[in-house]
Amino acid sequence: MCVIDTTDTPEAPTGVSGIAVADVTAPPSGALAVDLDGITKRFPGVVANKDLHLQVARGTIHAIVGENGAGKSTLMKILYGVQKPDEGTIRINGDEVSFSSPKDAIKAGVGMVFQHFMLADNLTVLENVVLGAEKLHGIGSKARDEIKRISDAYGLDVRPEMMVADLGVGARQRVEILKVLYRGAKILILDEPTAVLVPQEVDELFGNLKEMKSEGLTVLFISHKLDEVRGVADDITVIRRGTTIDRVKSSSVTSKQLAELMVGSQLPTPETQESTVTDRVVMQITDVTLADPAGGPALLSDLDLTIHAGEVLGIAGVEGNGQAELVETILGMRRADAGTVVVENDDITAWPTRRIRENGIGYIPEDRHRHALLLGAPLWENRMLGHQRQEPASKGWRLTPKAAKDDTQRIVEAYDVRTPSIDVTAGSLSGGNQQKLIFGREMSHAPRVLVAAHPTRGVDVGAQSAIWDHIKDARREGLAVLLISADLDELIGLSDTIRVILRGKLSGEFDPKTVTAEQLGAAMTGANTPENATTVDAQEEAAR
Amino acid sequence: MNSTLRRIGVAVAAPLLAIAIAVVLTSIVLLALGNAVGPVWQVFLSTPMQGVAEAIVNDAAVLYLSGIAVAIGFRMNLFNIGVDGQYRVAAFAAALFAGQGWLPGFLNVIGALVLAMLVGAAWAGIIAVLKVTRGVSEVISSIMLNSIATGVVSWLLFKVADKQEGSNATNTKNIPESSHVPALAQTATGQIFGLTILAVLVGIAYWYVINHTRFGFDLRATGSSESAAVASGVSVKKMTITAMLLSGAVAGLVGMPQLFGQDFNYGSNSQTGLGFAGIAVALIGRNHPIGIGFGALLWAYLNGQSNALQINAGVNASLVNIIQGVMVLAVVIAYELVRRWDKRIEARRVAAELAAGKTAGATA
Ligand SMILES: Nc1ncnc2c1ncn2[C@@H]1O[C@H](COP(=O)(O)OP(=O)(O)OP(=O)(O)O)[C@@H](O)[C@H]1O
Ligand SMILES: [Mg+2]
Repeated sequence: MCVIDTTDTPEAPTGVSGIAVADVTAPPSGALAVDLDGITKRFPGVVANKDLHLQVARGTIHAIVGENGAGKSTLMKILYGVQKPDEGTIRINGDEVSFSSPKDAIKAGVGMVFQHFMLADNLTVLENVVLGAEKLHGIGSKARDEIKRISDAYGLDVRPEMMVADLGVGARQRVEILKVLYRGAKILILDEPTAVLVPQEVDELFGNLKEMKSEGLTVLFISHKLDEVRGVADDITVIRRGTTIDRVKSSSVTSKQLAELMVGSQLPTPETQESTVTDRVVMQITDVTLADPAGGPALLSDLDLTIHAGEVLGIAGVEGNGQAELVETILGMRRADAGTVVVENDDITAWPTRRIRENGIGYIPEDRHRHALLLGAPLWENRMLGHQRQEPASKGWRLTPKAAKDDTQRIVEAYDVRTPSIDVTAGSLSGGNQQKLIFGREMSHAPRVLVAAHPTRGVDVGAQSAIWDHIKDARREGLAVLLISADLDELIGLSDTIRVILRGKLSGEFDPKTVTAEQLGAAMTGANTPENATTVDAQEEAAR
Repeated sequence: MNSTLRRIGVAVAAPLLAIAIAVVLTSIVLLALGNAVGPVWQVFLSTPMQGVAEAIVNDAAVLYLSGIAVAIGFRMNLFNIGVDGQYRVAAFAAALFAGQGWLPGFLNVIGALVLAMLVGAAWAGIIAVLKVTRGVSEVISSIMLNSIATGVVSWLLFKVADKQEGSNATNTKNIPESSHVPALAQTATGQIFGLTILAVLVGIAYWYVINHTRFGFDLRATGSSESAAVASGVSVKKMTITAMLLSGAVAGLVGMPQLFGQDFNYGSNSQTGLGFAGIAVALIGRNHPIGIGFGALLWAYLNGQSNALQINAGVNASLVNIIQGVMVLAVVIAYELVRRWDKRIEARRVAAELAAGKTAGATA
């Protein structure tokens, strides 16, 4: 794939590709549920929001798009009372409000679902929902009835007695949404809700959102996936560098135009490439089995996997089907009950994590906050993390901060990490920029194998194509990549081979050149029962 | 750089504010109890009485060691309450050893110091092993080991006590004169123990190891996010054991300045409770090597002035305990206030720069 428009002018405010330039301060038709006016928010060294305007008509779905670090999450946190604006006014349903905490926002009918879910695993859905809201409907049957009522009203399909630990990602998200509605929210904010979902789940979610809209609720959501945005939103507000660039009707723009509004460059399009796959095996996983410590069905069963130099092996699957376990087994964070993992001539099955990472296995975890960053530490210390014993982090037992800082600066520039300096904490970077830093860090150690779970999750279209290009370049040099992704475009566009994981088992191979999203979707949900029905053989058969 | 200056400003502002808050809160307590406030603070602000200044320095050094021992655990979210037991067991062992005079002169001191560190580490190691292999919370096991330490030491003391005619004191055999450590400074009214120098050395080592070594990085990483540390290849079990052993080794040194400077034996009259004070000192100092020094001095100063309180202000000396308790609370409040205040200043600075037409936007 490629970014066609290289002569872009990122500062050009609007009017790219002949889109009608709307006056962003003119009210849209209908009563306004949310009216943010002149919002400014500063952080050390950064202006996250600068005189920002956002108007959302009641009973509509409104999307917010923009580059990484544009200030979308910050704006939503302001609307939800998590952060206080330095300047500007917030009006909810016409009344001016000032929130000092999310509690105030909920009272005014505003609720938010964060990208990182905040549910207690070892409690039931009911307990999670009523926690902290016991006063509303108690904690007993009245609460249960209310949950059922909301669930039915919007088609959320939430069962109050289920344990949260047993729920998949999509279901957890619906519980989060229900939790917010239970507290009486009429305006629902979702920060990158689709990043963690596979296409089927995205469709379900959008079905729910439309249901809410028809009941008169107002939905605001952030997304980097522009096709989706156009599919479900009524209006779209584009933010660039903290200010409102434009507000458009989703029916009147193309994704390409949206991308141009966002970053001034065009949407990356998958592009078939000369295969770089060699016949040299780099990673060989044989019969790996991982039992469930809680006694359930095996988390991974008899898994076999081969990746060659220059090959990207994509793993598709609904989250929670063993992807995390597979990655953690490869990285030595879990011990396989049977089977081996061999990288080139090294049997790494029993190696400790540190040795594995130092021996050329790059690692991009799916949960960057829990596994890839020290949020309270500066960027340059995060540059060291996972590579503490290697240059430029240390020499012998001594840390070498100077070298680490220099290299962090290099990464920040090479991977376009938008930050005021390398001394700010990782937690103050926007989600997408955190991801770019992690990717840059792992690539800096010239890995033999890159184990990448959702390498572009939360990354804007411009940065996404840059990361894809980096992966392709490295692949040409002989890198073997295990790519786990929920983004089918990414899987199909990057992989040389695709396999689907379902309940800890791997399907046969799919050829990304011929496979369709429907076929993958069916395999991911187990819709076609005879195993491997749509693998390469079946595809060939169908072609005949 | 301007930001360095500001960081220093913040570092100084927080403890000062904490003291101010503590003064106000304590004054309120005094008023509520019907005491005169003025004389009390007068006592605290007056020059320490004869010999007290030296005691404050000695006390501070010991508290500093104890604070560092606690801070090592804190840095990776290990709550080592067991410093108290660790230093008492270690001091007993070191005194017993040094009292035998097996080694000549200064070698005897070195030997005793090493032994103290080993014993302290071993006593702390029990906590670590229980945690790593059995998942026992270090809080619970360290509290229990403190009681066990009390029992074991007094039993052993009884067994090996150097019984002297006409005295009912139970203590270990006196350390031979050749192994007494000369004072660092001798004044007309007292002395500064020679081994207070240990506090300085340990402080420097702590600062260096935490900030400039791989081990320190792993320790801090584990403390700030265990999951991220594990993914980065840190073995949390190994770190728990190492950190606990180090903490215990430093704890082992706590009793040494007093032992080799003044007491020359370990007995039922030896100082207790230093481990608990160390927790407070580490909290006040926020686990920072200089902050802990400040906390230790403050704590020791309050201790030192407490006698004068009774004599010159007619207030019970235990008022000092209230002040010390309030201090710890005040520190928590003060740091939060200063943090917010710092953020506001920063925001204002950014705004000013913008108004002046400097660079704007998220990219730099
Ligand atoms: N708590 C914070 N402290 C300091 N800076 C922050 C903080 N939160 C956000 N920022 C900065 O504000 C800017 C906007 O961040 P924000 O998270 O709103 O971006 P975003 O549009 O949500 O990006 P992304 O698509 O990557 O999630 C970024 O430059 C970020 O570094
Ligand atoms: Mg964001």
